[in-house]
Amino acid sequence: MSEQQLFKVTIDNITVEVAPGTTILNAARQIGGEVTPPAMCYYSKLKDSGGKCRTCLVEVSKGSEKDPRPMPKLVASCRTTVMDGMEVKNITSPRVIDARAGVVEFLLINHPLDCPICDQAGECHLQDLGYEHGKEETRYEFQRRSFHKVDLGEYIQLHMTRCILCYRCVYTADQLTDSREHGVLDRGDHAQIATMIQKNLKNDFIGNVIDVCPVGALTDKTFRFKNRVWFTKPMDAHRDCSKCCGEVQLWMRGDEVYRVTARKDEWGEVKESSKGSTGWICNDCRFDKKHASDWIIEGPTNVSRHSVISANHYQKLEQPKETVTEVMNGIEPRLFMNIHDVSEVNQQHVQLSLIDGPATGKVFNKNAD
Amino acid sequence: MQALTNRSASVDRKPMTFIERLYLWNVIKGMMITFSHIFKKKATINYPEQTRPFSPVFRGLHVLNRDEEGKERCTACGLCAVACPAEAITMEAAEREPGEEHLYREEKYAAKYEINMLRCIFCGLCEEACPKDAIYLSETFAPSNYTRKGFIYGKEELLIPNPKSEASKLAEARGNTSN
Repeated sequence: MSEQQLFKVTIDNITVEVAPGTTILNAARQIGGEVTPPAMCYYSKLKDSGGKCRTCLVEVSKGSEKDPRPMPKLVASCRTTVMDGMEVKNITSPRVIDARAGVVEFLLINHPLDCPICDQAGECHLQDLGYEHGKEETRYEFQRRSFHKVDLGEYIQLHMTRCILCYRCVYTADQLTDSREHGVLDRGDHAQIATMIQKNLKNDFIGNVIDVCPVGALTDKTFRFKNRVWFTKPMDAHRDCSKCCGEVQLWMRGDEVYRVTARKDEWGEVKESSKGSTGWICNDCRFDKKHASDWIIEGPTNVSRHSVISANHYQKLEQPKETVTEVMNGIEPRLFMNIHDVSEVNQQHVQLSLIDGPATGKVFNKNAD
Repeated sequence: MQALTNRSASVDRKPMTFIERLYLWNVIKGMMITFSHIFKKKATINYPEQTRPFSPVFRGLHVLNRDEEGKERCTACGLCAVACPAEAITMEAAEREPGEEHLYREEKYAAKYEINMLRCIFCGLCEEACPKDAIYLSETFAPSNYTRKGFIYGKEELLIPNPKSEASKLAEARGNTSN
């Protein structure tokens, strides 16, 4: 056979032709939109990921052209490959909707509702999942799993209580860095991401675990508590980096660079860089380049206008010209009050974006006097 | 044209007589109405000495709440600021350090919290957005001022007195607001 035959698969009554060996999830992603099952653990850029969270369950109502029997149970779409003539039901199946609500309830059993504190809020996949597929209340009445704080070094903050054990960060460390120093310890309800003996995670490229983490279990310590995601403005930028592609997203507020992340696609996964490889970024780019002058800014990232991140953001870079002075023949406009003289917030001498860790009371008080 | 109701009367366009042109009777009629108001209940009150009761749903000046142990409830999640249609709220967050547990309820707290009362439209959306029961609109309004500077409310102005250490102050504030 000179040309590979394509398989015809129908997902929610939309037919698409995909190569053999494609998973149902990836076939659904080719269609896009609401048809795509959500995925918490599957990450197309990480080998072997998927099959753990069960949020991508779908119903196969017709196995294939040759064997049209339906599959008896719901299947994980990230691990099930398509067959020719397969018919899949995702949002059209009440069984799937019901099962997904159950899965979300399970995921949220031990997940604390500390979104007001969590830095991931606003770009958290579990938040979206709970909002779209979850139930309003939990029925869980018992003691929740909780952990002591673990220090993973100066770059990465671990909140084990928020972890949903998707294993993405483990695969990232395996596949991107020279040696993996963290993993999942213990079993069952005690399973946790840890380094066994407290170790610093500072391999190069280890910062990418922050990007792959679907929840706020692994967050950027250099951004910790400094601002909320939706108050910072994402900008595409690049720099010449010897280690990585150097193509990143800067999360800025004014001229301050609060956070650097890799660019994400519509599924929340790291995008491919212009060189064709996956756009993972190195620790230098992520943690140490916090000046706007380090970067060549291309322009604001296109954010879906339904996202909270796009709130109060503008599409263009240039600022509107102040015309009052021109019209008034060079007379400056008279301000009744300059807010910066009165306000204690956003003071010039408190450069939050340049502090290494989270700000503490001292940062504000020391500079006050 | 057919009348819509049978109550309509045609306009009288006859020229006025001399007596009518004097307007004497109409003036007396008006004066009588004015005079009768002397015996009616007054619509106004002597404001600073007397105050009117507020409706329980009145949306006035904001307060930042504390819990029963006097810890600040606000975690600087920014939901009030993003909900604010007037963009009056700004804040800066800080991490709670060991030893500060009696001051702040959660791991993160608002080190700076400001409401610009000049911008605020008292819509109450911040109160609705708050997931931590931290911000409430009280039953008072901002006192008047000669300059604009006094309308930028920081944490000192907004936080309620500590129920543990300043119980009397809190009771006084409660008493004043509920009048």
